[in-house]
Amino acid sequence: MSEAKPIGGKVWSLPVLFFLAVVVLALFFLAQRFFYGLGAVTNMNDGYPWGIWIAYDVVIGTAFACGGYCMALLVYIFNKGEYHPLVRPALMASMFGYTLAGVSVIFDIGRYWQAYNIMIPAYMNFKSVLLEVALCIGTYVLVLWIEFAPTFLEKLKADRLAAKLNKVIFVFIALGVLLPTMHQSSLGTMMLAAGYKLSPFWWTSFLPLLFLLSALIMGYAVVIFESTVAALAFNRPLETRILGKLSEVMVWILGFVLVVRFQDLNARDLLPMVFGGGFKANMLVLENLCLLAAMMTLIYPANRKNPKLLFLSAIAIMLGGGLYRMNTYLVGFDPGNGFTYFPSVPEMVITFAIISVEIVAYVWFVKRLPVLHEIKQA
Amino acid sequence: MKIRRRDFLKGIASGGVLAVIGKPDLALATERQYQPGALGILYDATLCVGCQSCMVACKKANNMPMERTRAPGVWDDPVDLSSSTLNIIKKYQHGEGQVKDSVDGYSFVKRHCMHCVEPSCVSACPVSALTKDKENGIVGYNKERCIGCRYCQIACPFNIPKFQWDDPTPEIVKCQLCSHLVEKGGISACCEACPTGASLFGPVESLINEAKRRQQMVPGKYYDFPISDLSGRTSPEFKSRMAAKYVPEIYGEYEVGGTQVLHMAGVPFNKLGFPDLPHESYASISDGIQYAIYKGMVYPIVVLGGLIYMVNKREGGDKEE
Repeated sequence: MSEAKPIGGKVWSLPVLFFLAVVVLALFFLAQRFFYGLGAVTNMNDGYPWGIWIAYDVVIGTAFACGGYCMALLVYIFNKGEYHPLVRPALMASMFGYTLAGVSVIFDIGRYWQAYNIMIPAYMNFKSVLLEVALCIGTYVLVLWIEFAPTFLEKLKADRLAAKLNKVIFVFIALGVLLPTMHQSSLGTMMLAAGYKLSPFWWTSFLPLLFLLSALIMGYAVVIFESTVAALAFNRPLETRILGKLSEVMVWILGFVLVVRFQDLNARDLLPMVFGGGFKANMLVLENLCLLAAMMTLIYPANRKNPKLLFLSAIAIMLGGGLYRMNTYLVGFDPGNGFTYFPSVPEMVITFAIISVEIVAYVWFVKRLPVLHEIKQA
Repeated sequence: MKIRRRDFLKGIASGGVLAVIGKPDLALATERQYQPGALGILYDATLCVGCQSCMVACKKANNMPMERTRAPGVWDDPVDLSSSTLNIIKKYQHGEGQVKDSVDGYSFVKRHCMHCVEPSCVSACPVSALTKDKENGIVGYNKERCIGCRYCQIACPFNIPKFQWDDPTPEIVKCQLCSHLVEKGGISACCEACPTGASLFGPVESLINEAKRRQQMVPGKYYDFPISDLSGRTSPEFKSRMAAKYVPEIYGEYEVGGTQVLHMAGVPFNKLGFPDLPHESYASISDGIQYAIYKGMVYPIVVLGGLIYMVNKREGGDKEE
C-alpha cells in the first residue's frame, strides 16, 4: 500500500478558471486551423516547417516531462529508495507532459487523419529518426498511464486488479526507463538531417548524447520545481532534505554536460566564434551560463539545504536546457532564402493552452487522487 | 540480410562517436553510385535564354495552379518554388548585368528537385511517403501515406519539398520528374518544351558524359548541342551553338552523394543560390548513428532485459521489507 493520499480541497479556484479560459480561446484558433489549414493560424512556412508546436510542445515539453524517467532511473536502477515519495508526482507530471505532446502533434501534422500510417508495418521507414521518435513516444505515453494506473486503482479500491498489475509492473517500469533514453537522444539525432541549415554551434554528432543529458538535467530540475511549487501552493512542508540530495546528483551531470559541450565546440575550433558575439553566439552563451550558474550554486552543500537557492537553480536548469533545445530547433536553424519565423499569437495561445491543461489536470489529480506523499503528523 | 560494407563502416564510425569523445568527423570516403537506370536532367545555364517555356509546360503537365504574386493581370508570376510551382527559372544579376554567363553580368538558373542519389527526404520520411524509384531513381511522393509531418522539408538541403499551408487537407508538393510521363515512355515536360537544349533529359551517365564533353569545348567555337532528350525516347535533334566559358564544376556530380539533376553554368554556383555541400549526404550521418544503435534492435532489447532484471530485483526487495 502506498503512503500517498489525496490532499482534498476545492478544485475550481480562480486561477483554474483563468487557465480554462485560455483553453477556450485556443479551441477557437484550433477550429480555424482545422477548417482553413495551418497557414491560417501559424507563422510556419516552407523554410521553417516546424514552429513552437514542435520546438516547445514536443521537444521541450517532453524534456520537462522527464521527471518520471529520472526518478525511475534513481529509485529502481540505482536503487535509491529514499527518493520514492517523489516518484508518483513526477510520474504524473510526465504522463501529462507526454500525453499533451502527443495531442499537440495531431494539431501540428498536416494529414492528421492518416496519423495511424505510422503504425502500419509496411509503411514504416526504419531509416527515419522520426519514426523511432514517434513510435517510442507513443508507446511511452501508454507505459506512463499503466505505471500511473495503481493510483487510479487505489482510488477505485480495485484491490484485486491492483495486485495483478503489481505483479507485472516491473516490465513497464523497465520500459519507462528504456523508452525515454531512446527517444530523448533521438530528438537530438533528428536535427542532424538539417545539415548546414543548423548552425555548427548546435549541429554536431554529439546531438544524441547532448539531448539525452539535457533530458536528464531538465527532468531532475522539474522534480525540484514541481515539489517546491506544490509545497507552497498547497501549504505543505518543503521537501528540502531529499531535494538537496537529488541536486547533488545533478552537479555531476551538469558538469559532464558542460564538458562535453565545450570540448566539442573546441574540437571544431568554434570557441572564438562562440565568444565573438552575435545573436546566435550569445544565445549559446546564455544557454550554458544558466547551466553553469546552477552548477556553481549547487556545488556547495550549504546551498543545497537552502530551498530558495534549490528552486532558483532548478529554474536556471530548466531555462538552460529549454534554451538549448529551442536553439537547436529554431534559433540555430536557418534555411536560407530569406525565410524568417516568429510564432503568431494564435500559435502561442495554443501552446499556453496546452500548459494550462497540464496545470489544471495536475491540480485536480493531486486534490482527488493519492499522488502526493502523506504528511506525517509529529 | 545482406550487409553492405559501407553501412557497416558507417555503423562502426558513428557508434564510436557515442562511446568516445573524439573528433566528431563522420565524413567517410564514399563513391557516388548512380543506379544503372537512373534518369535525370542536365540544365546548362549558358544555353538557357530565360523564355520560361519549361515553367509553362511544367504547370500544364502537372496540373498546377497559376500564381499571381506581383503584377495583376499577369498569368503566372511565381517568385520562387512553392506548393503551386514545381520548377522555376530565376536570374542572377550583378550590377548592370550586361554580359551573359559571367560573374559581373547575369545568368539564368533553374530550380527544382535534384533527385538525390541518397535523398535526405526519403531517409527522413517516417511512413515511406517519399520513395526513390528502384529503376530510374526518381524521388516520388505518395499522399495516401503522408502524415504531413514536414520532416522532409527540414531534411532537404535544397529546400525543395513545399507544403500546402492554406489547405485543410494539405499535401507535400515537389517535382517528380514527370514520372507519370516517363512511365508511358515520355520525357519530363520541362525538357520536352525547352527550345535550346538548356534542359536536357536522359540517363544520368549519358548526361554526365555530355556535361564533361561540354567542359572540354573551346569557348567561342561552335559545337552541336542535343535538344530535349538523350534517352532515345524521342527522336534525336541537335543545334549548333557557340560554346560558353563554364565554371569547372558540374553541380550535383558529388554534392550530398550525387544528384540525378545536374547543373552547368558560367557563374559560380554559390552565386546562383546553390548551397556549398559536402560530398557525404547528411541523411547518411543520422542513418549511421541510428544504424549503430538500433540495428536489429539488439542493443535496446539487451538493455531492456537488464532493466527488467534490476527493477524486478529492487521491487522484490521492497516486498520483503
